[in-house]
Amino acid sequence: MAVARVNPTRMELTRLKGRLKTATRGHKLLKDKSDEMIRQFMLLIKRNLALREEVERALKSVLGSFMLAKAVSSPTDIEEAIAVPGKRVKVKSGSKNVMSVEVPAFLVDASEKGEEFPYGFASVTGELDSCIGLMGDLLPKLVELAEVEKTCNMLADEIEKNRRRVNALEFVMIPEFQETIKYITMKLDEAERANTIRLMKVKSMIEGRQS
Amino acid sequence: MSEKSSIAALGDADTVFAFKAVGVDAYPVTGEAEAREKLRLLARNYDIIFITEQLAEKLPDLIARYKTRAFPAVIPLPSSSGSTGYGRRLVKADVEKAIGTDILQVEERKNG
Repeated sequence: MAVARVNPTRMELTRLKGRLKTATRGHKLLKDKSDEMIRQFMLLIKRNLALREEVERALKSVLGSFMLAKAVSSPTDIEEAIAVPGKRVKVKSGSKNVMSVEVPAFLVDASEKGEEFPYGFASVTGELDSCIGLMGDLLPKLVELAEVEKTCNMLADEIEKNRRRVNALEFVMIPEFQETIKYITMKLDEAERANTIRLMKVKSMIEGRQS
Repeated sequence: MSEKSSIAALGDADTVFAFKAVGVDAYPVTGEAEAREKLRLLARNYDIIFITEQLAEKLPDLIARYKTRAFPAVIPLPSSSGSTGYGRRLVKADVEKAIGTDILQVEERKNG
């Protein structure tokens, strides 16, 4: 491990010890954060997967019946019926905080009521009605999936970033500080010993001259 | 920040049609270039964008760019011609990114 180029002085030693303490503390905190993020992520990803499976299955059947409805009536009739939707779906989007990651929160705004079936019932068959009903029921699930999946995306990214930080501290910064502290301590001890020897030598020289 | 916005659906005409029926803003596209252009445009105005898996698979770079931002949420969904499994793969990719291995798959194997 490379020792940072520093002056082996007592002041530098104190400074480095302080930094090592901070780094160790930071490492512990980040590691705890990482653990908790992974725990939360596990909960979310399981929900995400379950939700996705459910939505995909439901969507498949709904889209299938839409195709069927399209086949039963004439395509132009259906296009016409759908052309002007009775209501537009609105979502309220806010943000919430999951482990200090700002994630979006979506809420389907149910306050705006419009015509669910924006067409005359004479021109289209009942299949389309039931399709639209099913799709309408599915929509809140879709929005929930959007929210959960986005949260998972962002959390995964944050966990990866955090892991890099933890690793950088654990395998680079902290060992480097330890090495450097050891190096300075050794240098200082060496200087101390040299000084003692010099004093003893001087003393013996003086004694030799006197006798 | 709590503003109201709408949902957009991007994909082939048949799929988008179903979304339109319930009041989602539908944008039928055909080609890859057209979809790319449209998605870029929609990302500015919508918070949630549903996109068919077939299209999403062709635009991974663009979708990756929106992935780590809070808005918009670009969500791939199966289209009327069936699921390609792309959405599920993305979820697995997330797990791998966060934890290092695909632990969900291991669990599935244990259960199955």
